[in-house]
Amino acid sequence: MEGLFFNVNNGYLEGVVRGYKSGLLRSPQYVNLTQCETLDDLKLQLSSTDYGNFLASYSGPLSTSVIQQNLSKKLYQQFQYLKAHSSGTLTKFLDYISYGYMIDNVSLMITGTLHERDRNEILAKCHPLGMFDTLPTLSIATDIESLYNTVLIDTPLAAFFKNCLTPDDLDDLNIEIIRNKLYKNYLEAFIQFVSEEFGGPDREIMLRLLNFEADKRVINITLNTLGNPDFSSEDKLSLFPSYGKLYPTYHHELSQIEEIEQLRAIVGTVEEYSEIFSENGDSGKNLEDWFYLLEMKYCKNAFTQQFTLSTVWAWLRSKEQEIRNVTWIAECIAQNQKNRIESYICV
Amino acid sequence: MSGAGNREQVFPTRMTLGVMKGKLKGAQQGHSLLKRKSEALTKRFRDITQRIDESKRKMGRVMQTAAFSLAEVQYATGDNIGYQVQELVQKARFQVKAKQENVSGVYLPTFDSHVNEEINDFKLTGLGRGGQQVQKAKTVYTKAVETLVELASLQTAFIILDEVIKVTNRRVNAIEHVIIPRTENTIGYINSELDELDREEFYRLKKVQEKKQEAAAEADAEELQKKLAQAQQELQDGDAAAAKVLDAQAETVEETVEEPAQKEPKSALDQDDESGDVLQENEDDVIF
Repeated sequence: MEGLFFNVNNGYLEGVVRGYKSGLLRSPQYVNLTQCETLDDLKLQLSSTDYGNFLASYSGPLSTSVIQQNLSKKLYQQFQYLKAHSSGTLTKFLDYISYGYMIDNVSLMITGTLHERDRNEILAKCHPLGMFDTLPTLSIATDIESLYNTVLIDTPLAAFFKNCLTPDDLDDLNIEIIRNKLYKNYLEAFIQFVSEEFGGPDREIMLRLLNFEADKRVINITLNTLGNPDFSSEDKLSLFPSYGKLYPTYHHELSQIEEIEQLRAIVGTVEEYSEIFSENGDSGKNLEDWFYLLEMKYCKNAFTQQFTLSTVWAWLRSKEQEIRNVTWIAECIAQNQKNRIESYICV
Repeated sequence: MSGAGNREQVFPTRMTLGVMKGKLKGAQQGHSLLKRKSEALTKRFRDITQRIDESKRKMGRVMQTAAFSLAEVQYATGDNIGYQVQELVQKARFQVKAKQENVSGVYLPTFDSHVNEEINDFKLTGLGRGGQQVQKAKTVYTKAVETLVELASLQTAFIILDEVIKVTNRRVNAIEHVIIPRTENTIGYINSELDELDREEFYRLKKVQEKKQEAAAEADAEELQKKLAQAQQELQDGDAAAAKVLDAQAETVEETVEEPAQKEPKSALDQDDESGDVLQENEDDVIF
C-alpha cells in the first residue's frame, strides 16, 4: 500500500538515486582500473565512467589526494541535488544522514578552537556533507563555556549534546570520546526517527543497516580499547549505542573483556558476524574490510526493494565505498604495491 | 728536492741551527702523527659510508611500507585523520638525544632515538573505526623515523669526517712537501754559511801571521842598515884627515855594503811569494 503514494512525493528522487546507483563502477571496470600502470591511465579509465571528465579542469601532476577530492566533489554535488529537491520525510531523513558528518565537523571545530587554530584552516578540512551555516560561528567562542553554549544554540546537534555532556567535559575528555558519545546519541536518535517515521520494507532495511552500524561501532570500540587501562567498563558502556544485534545481551560482557579471544567468542555467537574473526589475520583482510564487505552486501540488498527511501542511504554508502576503492587503487598504483590492489570491495 | 733554495729568512748562527733542527724533528713527528690520524679517520669514514649505504636501502623499504600503511589508514578511517592526530599530540613520544663521540680527536655527533612508551597521545584516534590501522601505521612510522634518525646521525658524521679528513690530509701534505724540505734547506744553508765563516776565519788568521812575519823581516833589515850607517859615521869621524887618501878604499867598501843590502830585500820577497802560493793551494783544497 505504501507504494501507492510514494511517487507523489519521492518518486522523482528515487528515480534519480537509482540512476546514480547504476552509474556506480562495476567489476569489469574495476578490473580495468587495476590494470592501470600510472595515475594518468587511471584518469583515462575513469573518464569513460559516470565520473566523466572530473579531472578536466585540473592541470598539474596527479596525486591520490587530488583524485579523491575530485571524486568526492561529484558525490557532494549529487547529494546536494537530492537535498535541494527533497520534501517532507525525505528532507528529515537526509538531515539525519548529514548529522553524522556534522558530528565529525563539530568535533573538529572543538579541537581546533581548543588549540586556537586558524578558523579558515579548519573549515577547509570540514566534511562538505556536514556543513551547516552556523558552523563557522563555533570558532568565535573563546572559552569552553561559551563554546558549549554556541554548540547548543547554533548547531542542529544540540539534541545529542545536551544530555550527555557538560561544559567541563569539553575540556577534560578526549575529543575522541566526545565524538563517540555524540555518535552513540545520534545513532539512537536516528533509529528512533526511522522506526517512527518509516514503515514497511523501508523501516526494515534502514533498521538493519543502522543496527549494523551500531554493532560495528561497538565491536570497534571494544577492540580499540583493549589493553587500555584508563578506560573502565562503564566508560565503554557509555559509548555503546543501545541498539544492534549485540544489544543488550552482550554489551556488558563486551565492556569487560580483556583479550581478543573473548571478543571473538562473543561476536561469533551472532550469525552474521561469525565470519568476521574467522579469517582475521591472514590474506590481509582485516576487521575494517569485513565490515565494509558486509555493509556493501546490505546495501546491495537494499536496492532490491521498490519505493523505499533507504535507497538513498544505500547509494550514499556505496558511493563512499567506491571513492575509497578508487583511492585505494590509485594509492596502490602510485606506491607500486600491486599485490594488494585486489583488496577493493566491488559494490 | 722540491723547493730547492726555498728557505726561511734567518741569520745563519749556531743558535738558529739548533732551533731549526728542533723544528725539523717536530715536523717529522707531527707528520707521522697526523698521518696516523688521517688513516684512522679514513678507516672510520669507509665504515660509515658502508653503513649509510645499508641504512639508505633499509630506509627505502621501511618508508615504502610506512607510506602504504598510511594509505591503509586513509582507506579505513577517511579524510581527516591526519588533522585529528596532529591536534591530539601534546608530548613527544619519540625523542632524539644528541651525543658526542670522539674518533681520534674529532667530535662526531650521534643521535640516539628513544621511544617513550608511556606517552601515547592518540591511542583513542579511530576509536569508532580504523583504530587498528592507526596503531599499525604508528608502529611502522616509528620504525621509519628510527631509521631516519640513524641515517641522519650517519650523514652528519659522514660530512664532518669528510671535512676533517680533508683538513688533515692537507696538513700532512703541507708538512711533507713544504715544511720539511724548507727546514732541511734552511739547515743546509746555515751549515754552508757556517763553513764559509770557518774558512774566512782560517784565512784571516793566516794573513795575520804572514803580516807579522813581514813586519819582523823589515825591522831586521832596517836595523842592519842603521848599523852600517853608524859604522860609516864612525869611520868618517875618526879618520877625517886620512879620508882623502882612503877615498878610493872607501868607495870599494861602500860597494860591498850596498850589495848585501840589495840582496836582502830580494830574498824576503822570494819568501813572500812562496808562502802566498802555499795559502793559495790550501784554499783550493778546501773549496774544491
